[in-house]
Amino acid sequence: MEMIAKKNNLEGAQMLEINFGPQHPSTHGVFRMNVFLEGEKICALKPVMGYLHRNHELIAENLTYAATMAYTDRLDYFNSMANNFGYALAAEKLAGIEVPERAAYIRVIMGELARIVNHVMLIGFLLNDLGAFFTPTLYAFREREKILNLFEEVSGSRMMGNYFRFGGVKRDLTDGNLAAIQRIVSRFPAFLDEFEALLTKNEILCMRCQNVGVLPAALAVNAGITGPVLRASGVNYDIRKVDGYGLYDRFRFQIPVGQKGDVYDRYYVRILEMRESLKILEQALEQIPQGEILNKKTLPVLKMPRNFKPAVGEAYGRIESPKGELGYYLVSDGTPQPWRYHVRAPSLINLTVLEDMCLGQKVADAIIILGSIDIVLGETDR
Amino acid sequence: MKLPIETVQKELEARMPDVKLRKVRDSLLIENALDLRRVAAFLKESPEFRLDYLSSVTGADYLAYLESVYHFYSVEKKQGPVVLRVRVPKTEPKIPSLAPVYRSAELQEREAYDMFGIIFEGHPDLRRLFMWESFEGYPLRKDYEQEDTEILEAADIAWLDAHRIAVPNEMKEKARELQAAGKRAVAQRPEKPRPA
Repeated sequence: MEMIAKKNNLEGAQMLEINFGPQHPSTHGVFRMNVFLEGEKICALKPVMGYLHRNHELIAENLTYAATMAYTDRLDYFNSMANNFGYALAAEKLAGIEVPERAAYIRVIMGELARIVNHVMLIGFLLNDLGAFFTPTLYAFREREKILNLFEEVSGSRMMGNYFRFGGVKRDLTDGNLAAIQRIVSRFPAFLDEFEALLTKNEILCMRCQNVGVLPAALAVNAGITGPVLRASGVNYDIRKVDGYGLYDRFRFQIPVGQKGDVYDRYYVRILEMRESLKILEQALEQIPQGEILNKKTLPVLKMPRNFKPAVGEAYGRIESPKGELGYYLVSDGTPQPWRYHVRAPSLINLTVLEDMCLGQKVADAIIILGSIDIVLGETDR
Repeated sequence: MKLPIETVQKELEARMPDVKLRKVRDSLLIENALDLRRVAAFLKESPEFRLDYLSSVTGADYLAYLESVYHFYSVEKKQGPVVLRVRVPKTEPKIPSLAPVYRSAELQEREAYDMFGIIFEGHPDLRRLFMWESFEGYPLRKDYEQEDTEILEAADIAWLDAHRIAVPNEMKEKARELQAAGKRAVAQRPEKPRPA
């Protein structure tokens, strides 16, 4: 209402209302932005969600705990492994299940591979938004396919892995799989160097991305922004370090932090994060022990999904997913189905500051700002 | 770093003796919902806790009452979580909004309003987030009845007829019956809601 009043009061210039989406290639799905423009400057932006809403939470409340695992794949369909990880963590916290060491290592390996897939694709799509039409994306696709082939070998599906189980993982990694991961890890830096040689100091990329969509650190923390977007603003907060869930406290790795919090920092933090992920993978491959992949004590319970009845209580499990803090809130009433199941989706909450970042910028910048936040609509809308 | 809930409770009781608190599992229940914003603002500013990051806001339906759950962490001190909860009756589900204190509550409170019908007072823009504006009911409440997609209602039949789409006679009869009885086409629920 306020906007319309302002629109009519404007002298000399006319305010233009543009509707991006839900069918627009730059919105990465079915996201809609209501943009108000003065000339080419953005003076208001309202996000509209819900086009992919399927009430994931209600579906899960009507299923057994174990059955929901396959549904979590569909949240952030770019990295199903990370979604599985978070859900398994929350359910294990609720029921007090321990994870054998080998399984924990496999989880870390899968989580980090998923992070690499996510970041490399994000950079590809971001460049697409910048106008580098599909060449970087196809370079990224080529590398991603190597990792997805491995996911397929291990879990049976390229993208919808459904690989994690409460108390372990579905299937063991063979020596062949480990060798394949080793090959990916040893060859990936060369690709990253090539990618960076083309992009990082590229004049066009620098001019388009630097000082665009700046997010101050104080606002980022207050608005609950997490993941690479938060770290690009200069806040050193990574749940892998803070909580040390899984086995992350055993590995040596740095947390890359940006300085300004503009689109360029968000791009570069992700490149650096991939390099850190490779370090974690190398250490994990070196240390991974032989042993069980599923907790034997809880196996009888896990084999029959309706026997899995956690005691009355609640748990909040959170992980550092490639997009930010992915949290699962579970409330058990002692039956095989959760009483309440909630997903704290980073893709949704990171959109809180979209308007703040876009104000005063050009329309073309709004698209790369949205691209640099990295949303997936399966998770935003749930 | 874990932050024991007892420490938070002790500090709050010392600083705000008029706020009634009760420990529920690993969280603090604020008995009077109106105190919520004061408590949150105190936890955010207090140098000991510095809970500057509100991670998750969500509702839950416990049949007798609605609940709103808040997970706080501290980015500065790297500690948490501190879980606060507030309970309100279903007849008057009003909770003060935390959006003026924490921006991260903006979208999450809209989601809780959309799904549970909890009204967050003082929220700058409380609209439905996922469902459309004219949608009736709150889907995650336990007494929510889903529409039956197999049964057409009279209005649907009229629309289909107007667009010259053939509808089987059985469906038309069913629609007429529903209209005569003044009922909505509601999917059959498998069982009664489970007790909390």
